[in-house]
Amino acid sequence: MSDTLQPVSISPRPGLAKASRPPLAADVARKAIRAAEVALLDERRMLTADELAELAHVPDSAVPSLAALAHEVRLSWCGPEVEVEGILSAKTGGCPEDCHFCSQSAAFDTPVKATPFLDTEEVLAAARETAELGASEFCIVLAVRGPDERTMGRILELVPLVKAETGLNVAVSAGILTADQAQRLGEGGVHRYNHNLETAASFFPRVVTTHDYAERLETCELVRANGMELCCGALLGMGESVDQRLELIEQLRSVEPAEVPLNFLNPRPGTPLGEAPIVEALEAIRWIAMFRLGLPSVILRYAGGREITLRELQIMGMTSGINALIVGNYLTTLGRTPDEDLQMLDDLKMPIGVLGKVI
Amino acid sequence: MAVSGEAGTGPGADAHCTSCGRPAADCAGCARTLDPPHYCATCGTRLAVRVSPGGWVGRCKHHGEVARS
Repeated sequence: MSDTLQPVSISPRPGLAKASRPPLAADVARKAIRAAEVALLDERRMLTADELAELAHVPDSAVPSLAALAHEVRLSWCGPEVEVEGILSAKTGGCPEDCHFCSQSAAFDTPVKATPFLDTEEVLAAARETAELGASEFCIVLAVRGPDERTMGRILELVPLVKAETGLNVAVSAGILTADQAQRLGEGGVHRYNHNLETAASFFPRVVTTHDYAERLETCELVRANGMELCCGALLGMGESVDQRLELIEQLRSVEPAEVPLNFLNPRPGTPLGEAPIVEALEAIRWIAMFRLGLPSVILRYAGGREITLRELQIMGMTSGINALIVGNYLTTLGRTPDEDLQMLDDLKMPIGVLGKVI
Repeated sequence: MAVSGEAGTGPGADAHCTSCGRPAADCAGCARTLDPPHYCATCGTRLAVRVSPGGWVGRCKHHGEVARS
């Protein structure tokens, strides 16, 4: 028996994204990180796809260095403020789409019971809760393919009410939009519209079959064309490869989002991805940093799955490029307490502020 | 305050597991820490759950509001 210390596995090995090449040698990784620093902080230019691919393959031991650079880039390109948001599932479950990660799809037998659009007072109460937590943004989320006319009416009624009562910027997530709907939402005061790409175009058909990537891209374009800020997020950990994560970063660049919420898969019982392994904590830090380095000026938001993925490393994520977070609970799952997140920001001396292009 | 079936409790004194709805005796405990209850602890019926940033409420069609935080 060797007396050399060996790594001891204390839990099942979480899922790692499949890489198309081996990790860089330590000295090569160090040079790649230095080159990225010069590009982003001195030359103030975006990294090329090849430069990002190099960084995605630094060894695990270099991830803290990658994260430190991402934090500097965040401060340099976005400033010190952190944006806090609350979200509400205002119409839960019964969605006709088959997004394989989602417990709200009617295609899967999950514990989430479909419920109708909440009444106005319930939405306002949730908005007030959000405002009391120091947030500046409140997102009304609906589990629909796209809004029908009745839903449009409710959204257009709620947005000014929430704004007037709480002073919060109001975001909406209601699926695929037509040009007319996008125009009406823009004119109706929607500050930001959420429509995630979720994953790379090349992987998308593996997780959604009821609509295609082009439809998502079209809605993203309509959002920006109608004066709303685009919130366009990612969900990591569905089985996509490293190359597909890089592909996603390029696709996100092309839709020019104001905000990118970064989700990690929280496997939901009853969904096709219900038994998928969770993303490893250091892997999550690597990709938080990668998204910041690839999208230096966006609002990069901590979103779903961070609690189970990062556990004690959540604070490290905040110094790896994140500059926004969803506070409190999510749509159908719970977050850690708002007090824990607010204490974390206080400990890090990160001021809460309003970010984005339109305030 | 959790009235009943607080997330993470699983089967216990309640008749049904609040995570899967099975009789408590048939579930070894499947509750996940960051999930609200999804089934009524009394009758095992699926709950209508409203989750908001600061809390959650579970309602059973037979027993009304059965859980809240």
